[in-house]
Amino acid sequence: MLDRLHSHAPRVLWAERDTMTGDANAEQDKARRFRDAALPHLDDAFALARYLMRNAADAEDAVQECYLRALRHFDSYRGPAMKPWLLAILRNVCNAEFARRGRQETSADPAEDESAPEQTPMWQEPSTSPEAALLRRHDDATIRGLVAALPRPFREAIVLREVNDLSYQEIAEVAGVPVGTVMSRLARARAMLRSAWNIAEGSTP
Amino acid sequence: MNCAECEALLHALIDGELDAGHARDVEAHAAICSGCAEKLSAFRAMHAAMAAADLKQAAPAQLRRRIESALPLPAPETSAQIIAPRKFLQPSRRSFFGGFAVGTAVAGAVAASLVVTVFRTDQEQTIADEVVSAHIRSLQPGHLMDVETSDQHTVKPWFDGKVDVAPPVIDLTAEGFTLIGGRLDYIDGEPVAAVVYKRRKHVINLFVAQRLGAAHANVTGRTVQGYNVRHWSAGGLDFWAVSDLDPAELNEFIQKISAALPGGGPA
Repeated sequence: MLDRLHSHAPRVLWAERDTMTGDANAEQDKARRFRDAALPHLDDAFALARYLMRNAADAEDAVQECYLRALRHFDSYRGPAMKPWLLAILRNVCNAEFARRGRQETSADPAEDESAPEQTPMWQEPSTSPEAALLRRHDDATIRGLVAALPRPFREAIVLREVNDLSYQEIAEVAGVPVGTVMSRLARARAMLRSAWNIAEGSTP
Repeated sequence: MNCAECEALLHALIDGELDAGHARDVEAHAAICSGCAEKLSAFRAMHAAMAAADLKQAAPAQLRRRIESALPLPAPETSAQIIAPRKFLQPSRRSFFGGFAVGTAVAGAVAASLVVTVFRTDQEQTIADEVVSAHIRSLQPGHLMDVETSDQHTVKPWFDGKVDVAPPVIDLTAEGFTLIGGRLDYIDGEPVAAVVYKRRKHVINLFVAQRLGAAHANVTGRTVQGYNVRHWSAGGLDFWAVSDLDPAELNEFIQKISAALPGGGPA
């Protein structure tokens, strides 16, 4: 329809019309592309925010702020992978929030981290009996609690790997560290998790 | 390889980040070192347990709405026309695309309501059994893909001359179904193109052939050995999708594929 308008318009007007309609169209097009690209990762973003912020209300705020920032910077987004790009922004939002609060991590929702083994000794050596290889079975909430109890950098690494399903390279980009650091953090995270795992009681029958 | 090197690399092995050479080295060391073998199997078991657990809670609906309302509104007609799938979706088109950010929740609901009729003929059952066997075979180490890439423009030409059809290879990464490669398989004695997708940890094999079972535009489905199987015909081709994904997500996958097919989706 616009093309038809153009064909009847005096030549000098074309450029003007193009920039006017072009701006509006470009904005709408950008918004649409952003929605299509970013919203499928909302669950991933919320999951990471839950583990980083440790409570649902802060996680929601962080995710919303992340999406607004991502839209603002969408023009500079050069793909290919949207998920790590979004999660990197989200991580910055969470860090900024911690900085604002004076580096105090918020306390976990008591109700939501019901099974977090905060009091269990994390550093007990896993027994080396053959049975140790047989992993104790835990329900999902217990496993979430074990992950939530890990110290920050290790929690972040393991969540990006096991929950968000990112590659080492992508984790390195999100966390802003070399791949070698990602590998050592994951190794530490899993060693801690394994100790806690073997100690934790399966909470729900 | 010594124990220190093995420990440094065993997580990369578990995470599928090691090249074949190093992977062999780690496995070889673990075969002669009980300490490393024990670590490897324990961490593998833990990784598997975490993959199987639901560690991700879905974003609350009100968060979706908050973000949606904070984003500038798109031109609803434009986006709907571009991506609106086939006619069975049209009644819900407004809620699906107008209320864009309702997104996956609505997609899931719509997918769940997709009518799946039961297979009727014995031949269908035979083929269903065969595609499930092929799916299970493909899950064995090293059997999943002949060509491993997320680039549809690499997968599609790869099938040239191997099968007598040009299977549509559709990249649904943005929709949450990652294209991971392609494979040549044999169903009913005939070479068949298998296009492989992944949703989280779940593999979806999409088998495409010129004639494979009774042609019907409706999606038919059943469960074989715990795997969900769907069959439909479109554009002169037969499609069989197999996965351990839950039925609603598999139906969602079929809708996305159908919507992107040039010949149109199931009626």
